[in-house]
Amino acid sequence: MSDELNLENAPQNTGERIGVYICHCGTNIAGTVDVAEVREWAEKRLKSRGVVIARDYKFMCSSLGQELIEQDIKENRLTRVVVAACSPHLHENTFRTACNRAGLNPYLCELVSIREQVSWVHTDKHAATDKAKAVLSGGVERVRHHQPLEPLRVPIHPATLVVGGGIAGIQTALEIADAGRRVYLVEREPSVGGHMAQFDKTFPTLDCSACILTPKMVSAGTHPNITLMTWSEVVKVDGYVGNFAVTIKQKARCVKTELCTGCGICQEKCPKKVIDEVYEAGLGYRKAVYTPFPQAVPKFPVIDKPNCTYFQKGTCKACEKFCPTNAIDFNQQDELITVEVGNIILATGYDLFDPRRIPHYGYGRLANVFTSLEFERLTNAAGPTNGSIVLRDGKTTPKVVGIVHCVGSRDRNYNNYCSAICCMQSLKFAHLVKERTGAQVYNFYIDMRTAAKAYDEFYQRVLEEGTLFVRGRVAEVTDAARLPGEEGKLIIQVEDTLVGKQRRIPVDMVILSAGLQSRHDSKEVAKLFGISCSADAWFIEKHPKLDPVATMTDGVFIAGCCTGPKDIPNSVSQGSTAAARVLTYIDRGEITLEPVRASIDETKCSGCRICNNLCPFNAILFHEDRLASEVNAALCQGCGTCVAACPAGAISGTGFSNEQILSQIEGLLLLNLNGARQQEREGVLA
Amino acid sequence: MSETFEPVIIGFTCNWCSYRAADLAGTARVKYPPNVRLIRMMCSGRLDPTFVMKALSGGADGVLITGCHPGECHYIEQNYKALRRFILLKRTLTQMGIEAGRIKLVWASAAEGVKLAEEIGKMVEEVRALGPLNWNSGQLSVNSQQSTDHRLLITDNLVKEAV
Repeated sequence: MSDELNLENAPQNTGERIGVYICHCGTNIAGTVDVAEVREWAEKRLKSRGVVIARDYKFMCSSLGQELIEQDIKENRLTRVVVAACSPHLHENTFRTACNRAGLNPYLCELVSIREQVSWVHTDKHAATDKAKAVLSGGVERVRHHQPLEPLRVPIHPATLVVGGGIAGIQTALEIADAGRRVYLVEREPSVGGHMAQFDKTFPTLDCSACILTPKMVSAGTHPNITLMTWSEVVKVDGYVGNFAVTIKQKARCVKTELCTGCGICQEKCPKKVIDEVYEAGLGYRKAVYTPFPQAVPKFPVIDKPNCTYFQKGTCKACEKFCPTNAIDFNQQDELITVEVGNIILATGYDLFDPRRIPHYGYGRLANVFTSLEFERLTNAAGPTNGSIVLRDGKTTPKVVGIVHCVGSRDRNYNNYCSAICCMQSLKFAHLVKERTGAQVYNFYIDMRTAAKAYDEFYQRVLEEGTLFVRGRVAEVTDAARLPGEEGKLIIQVEDTLVGKQRRIPVDMVILSAGLQSRHDSKEVAKLFGISCSADAWFIEKHPKLDPVATMTDGVFIAGCCTGPKDIPNSVSQGSTAAARVLTYIDRGEITLEPVRASIDETKCSGCRICNNLCPFNAILFHEDRLASEVNAALCQGCGTCVAACPAGAISGTGFSNEQILSQIEGLLLLNLNGARQQEREGVLA
Repeated sequence: MSETFEPVIIGFTCNWCSYRAADLAGTARVKYPPNVRLIRMMCSGRLDPTFVMKALSGGADGVLITGCHPGECHYIEQNYKALRRFILLKRTLTQMGIEAGRIKLVWASAAEGVKLAEEIGKMVEEVRALGPLNWNSGQLSVNSQQSTDHRLLITDNLVKEAV
């Protein structure tokens, strides 16, 4: 027989006593995989590979399931454990902890996924059962080569970096600062406040946005534990959880903050008017030296160099001339500041969907089509019209207003997702228009989504106020009059799906309730901080339900709209949650990390230095005197690229060693059954 | 036993992206053929070409290598190193007479469960079209035959024969 040869090659049992546990996960696994068959198979065919016990159980992760493992470890002197269940990203820790409780080193446990990778993705029961066997056999082969390991312990630097000074960022910074810990709050704009500072009222309570936000902004600006860095951006992130070194670019303000009193004379005297695209959403002007709004925190203005007459033409200096404290300094340069922090919280917010992308809604072409953010500025008492709702001409009060929901949301052509806030925002607009102008208001909606505390009550209130609701996606907004009464109006063409009719509704003003989008640069930001983005470029949480503010990168947390569209209450609670997570780390003082690291056997190292340049973390040092390389375990992140590259095989990667992976391949290909054959034959012959 | 050849493919996945994409495919119940068996590594940069050789010589008919999209590597740039190795490896294998289609590199982010499932489906069909690899004729009877269950069957038969 040809397998004579193979038998010699078949790896020998190393004397390990392996326990195999196959989870039914209710019917999640057992519905597609014949669990009992896999168990019997493992019992019989993997015996020669060291499997002494194979069990199947309804829920291995339950405390009874865990106790089963613990008991077997104690009573049957198991030296290795393989659990075939869900993804290791879910329950690896559960089973490792169970092993640890029973006195077995947790790293001698291997979890193989027969749910996410088998039962949930395959339909053929036979094929799924066979694949489960192969996957299990891979795990058994691999676990034989596991080494007892100790987790790495890393001290946590007690300071935290918060990126983004919107409501989520402010909240998280205040929570951490109130707990007595240092926070660096970095904001790209000249002031904190974010989108919330632009709003007039907040739904459903109709609280004045500024009234509830500005006290928090002031606290963030004056808190002894918060170092506020506005007009700044993070440019570089080094290190890892507990020990990040973050380089922040402090853009030149051209204002000496130690001298500036925030009196505002420079802004008054500056002759250069600039359209304010950010804070006023393009509806108003600011000066070239400016604070975005009167309640800005900090109070110090910045000089917008590309628009400043002095920087462009070399003359002017009006601000410098009139500044009573000589605080203007045209020679200030951008500064790079490096701070050390233990954790990072990203609260970078969202961008508004640009309705120009939907040309048939006419935004940018038809004057009286407004975006939601423009309307917020119109209604804001501090806005360009001092709070009066008027058409683009600045004086005419609209008599009929149409509010279009789901602009750029729930639309295959733009974004599939629901932007979560637009329904309530549109209801708020309807209420404000009615209250301030008495105009007739139409809401064009697909579905009303008012699922939070007091939201539906607000909807009822707006209904009772007499706002008209038309169910249907707006097809077009046009100024081409076809019927009498349409002249000089904007006509909204829509199918009223409740009546089953096409309607043309003439209005004076259209408000497009634009959806929320991820920041235009969110991918670059994600890359900078080493986290991932979803297909829509929102930051991905570690677990969408159970770990919504952590990311896959230890020590980097996310809060607010950067993870997806959210209203203010949710952003605030995420800010607090992220703060609580970080404070847990800080209070613990240290964190345990997976001991997945590379190490070099100096006796095998030839000093070729191939590995040196492969490491992106500069973790490999070369000792000229000994002509050998060494891995700095504190810098090594455990990717294993050097392990794969070493021509001498001198580098080994803990947790993912060559032996572990090669034997897993053998197991997956069922080569180990050669050994089983041998044993069976010997058994029969004997 | 079905008449069609069922290839066996070993897939190497990155802990941060493609393994999570596989998890996501599972959570979303996206279906793909059962011919692929995945191995988790910390990074596609960990891929030692020996692993691919081992898989192919051990009976796999194809090897799928997956990693983070260029520019999205959890370890900054190690997927580029995987790419370099992949190109060299492919050239080497072609020179050895192995069809280039038997190894494939796919970028799949943690959000791309559907994409990963589609790529697996495509690769299974491509390798099925190429037929069994039969790398090691000594192990041929054991390793490169038909479906998994059939393979087990053969192993069983061999045991019986040997007895």
